[in-house]
Amino acid sequence: MFSFCTDPSTLETYQWFACYFTTGKHANFYWAFVTVLLLLAVTAPTSLAMGFGGASAARSRIAPVRWLGHGYISVVRGVPDIAFFLFFVIALDQGLEFLRHSALCPDWDQPIRQGNDFIVCDAAKLPLGNAPQWVHEVYGFALAVFTFAIVFGAFAANVLYGAMQAVPRAQLETAEAYGMTHRQTFWRILVPQMWVYALPGLSNLWMVLIKATPLLFLLGVEDIVYWARELGGTANPRFTDYPHGDWRMWYFLFLLVFYLAFTRVSEVVLERLMNRLTHGQATTGGEAQRKAA
Amino acid sequence: MDSCLQTIGDYGLRALGYGERLLPRSDFTLCQQFTLIGSGMLWNIYFGVFALLAGFVLAVAVAMGKASSNRLVRKPSEWFIFLFRGSPLFIQFFFAYFFFLSLKGVSPIFDAFSSAWLGALIVLFLNTAAYSGEIFFGALKSIPKGDMEAADAYGLSGYAKFRRITFPTMMRLAWPAYTNEAIFLFHATALVFFSGFPARQQRGDALYYANYFADKTFNPFVPYPILAGYFILLTLVVILSMGAINRRLNRHLGKAPKLKIRPTLIR
Repeated sequence: MFSFCTDPSTLETYQWFACYFTTGKHANFYWAFVTVLLLLAVTAPTSLAMGFGGASAARSRIAPVRWLGHGYISVVRGVPDIAFFLFFVIALDQGLEFLRHSALCPDWDQPIRQGNDFIVCDAAKLPLGNAPQWVHEVYGFALAVFTFAIVFGAFAANVLYGAMQAVPRAQLETAEAYGMTHRQTFWRILVPQMWVYALPGLSNLWMVLIKATPLLFLLGVEDIVYWARELGGTANPRFTDYPHGDWRMWYFLFLLVFYLAFTRVSEVVLERLMNRLTHGQATTGGEAQRKAA
Repeated sequence: MDSCLQTIGDYGLRALGYGERLLPRSDFTLCQQFTLIGSGMLWNIYFGVFALLAGFVLAVAVAMGKASSNRLVRKPSEWFIFLFRGSPLFIQFFFAYFFFLSLKGVSPIFDAFSSAWLGALIVLFLNTAAYSGEIFFGALKSIPKGDMEAADAYGLSGYAKFRRITFPTMMRLAWPAYTNEAIFLFHATALVFFSGFPARQQRGDALYYANYFADKTFNPFVPYPILAGYFILLTLVVILSMGAINRRLNRHLGKAPKLKIRPTLIR
C-alpha cells in the first residue's frame, strides 16, 4: 500500500501497523463492513414495506386477510429470535428448490426426501452447480436479506399497527363525514398522521436491527464477525501463519467500538428527526416545542 | 414406547454430560429429538435463572447510581448501561470469550472463565443488569412526586425511605417492562453456544441440538418447531411466575395492572 512497506526490515512499529492493516486480507475485512451497511440499507426499507403490508392487512375489513395479518405478527414475535433465522435460511432454500424442481423436472420419479438427504434434479439446484462464486455469495446474501425482512417486518407491522390505532378516531370520522372513501381516508388521513406515533417504535427497531447484523455470520455470510475471527487467529488453513499471537480479542474490541459508535450516531440522528416530526403536532412534545419557541 | 423411555434414560441429561456419550448419528427418531433438545433446555434455564437473579441486584444498584447526583457514581453507571445496551450481545460474547482466553494465559485461576457455564453466565449477568437497570431507572424517574413528599412528611429518610417507599414503588412501576426483559433474557440464552463459547463434548443448549439435528437430517421442519415449542413453554412459565410476583407487589391496590407482554428479539 505505502512505498515504505517494500522494505520490511526498516519498519518502525507504527509503520508496520500501517502496512499490516492495509494488506489485501484486511481489505476483505473492511469490505465486510460495507456488506453490513448494505444489508441495513436493503433490509430497513424492505421490512418497513413488509410491516406496512402486515399492518394494513391486520386492519383489513375482510376477515381472512385480517387473520393473516394478525397471524403473521404474532407467530414471528412469539418464537425466539435466532431459531427463526437458522430455520428460515434452510426452509427458504429448500422451498425455492422444491418449487423449481416441480416446475423444471416434472418426470422425476424419486422422492425428494430420501432418509437424511434432500435431493432435487440438477437443473433445479439453487444456485446452479456450475455457477460462479459471486452468484453463490449474492444468493446467500439475498436469502439473509429476505430472512431479516420477514422477521423485522413482523416487528415493524406491530409498531405500525399500533401507530395506525393511535391516530385520533375523530380524524377518520371527519374524513368519512366529508365523503371520503375508505381508500382515500387511509392514504390521505391515516398514513400521513401515523408516522409521528410510529417513530419511537421504529427507531427502537432500527437499534435492534443494527444489533442483529452480526447474526449474518450465522447465516453463512462472510461478514465482519467471520473476518475478525479469521484475521485475529494465529493461523488458519486458508492462509499461512500470521505474524502475531491471538489477536481475536482486539479485533472484537474494534467491532464492539464500531457498534457503540454506530448506535450513538443513530441515536443523535433519530432524536433530531423526532424533533422535526413533532414540530407543529397536537401532542405534548409539539406543545412543549411551541412554548419554548 | 419402551425404546423411548430408554432414549430418555440415555439422553435426558446428555447436555450436562451424563448418560450415553455418543449422540445419535443416523435414523433419528422424534423421541431422540424431543429428548436431546429438552436436555439442552436445562442450559437455557440455568443461564436464564442465575443471570436474572444476580442481574436484578446489580440492576437496582445501577439504576440508583444513574439517578445519583454524584458525578463519580452517575457517569460509570451511565457508561455501563450504554456499553451493554449499545452493542450486540453476540459481539459481547465473542469479545468476552477471547478476553477470558487471554486471561487464561496470565494465570490458571481464570481457567473456568473460558468455559460457557461461567464465562457466558457473566456476560448474560452484566447484559441483563444493564437492560434492567435502564428499566428501573425509568421507573425511578416516574415515581409520583406526592409519594416521596408523603414519605418526607412521615419523617422517613435515608435507607428507611428507600426500603419502604422508593424501592417498592419502583418495582411496581417497572414490573411489566421487567417481565419482558426476563423473557428476552431467556431467548438470548440461545446465543451462548453460537458465539465464541464452545460446547465441550457436545454438551450444548437447546438450539445447539436443534441445529445439530437440522444439519444431520437436512430437515429444519422438525427440530426447530420442537425448539420453539419448548421456548413457548418456558416463556409461559416466566409469564406466570412474574405475574404472581406482580400480583404480590400490587396486593394493596386490590387489582394488579395487567402485564402486557411485548416480546422483541435480539439484543
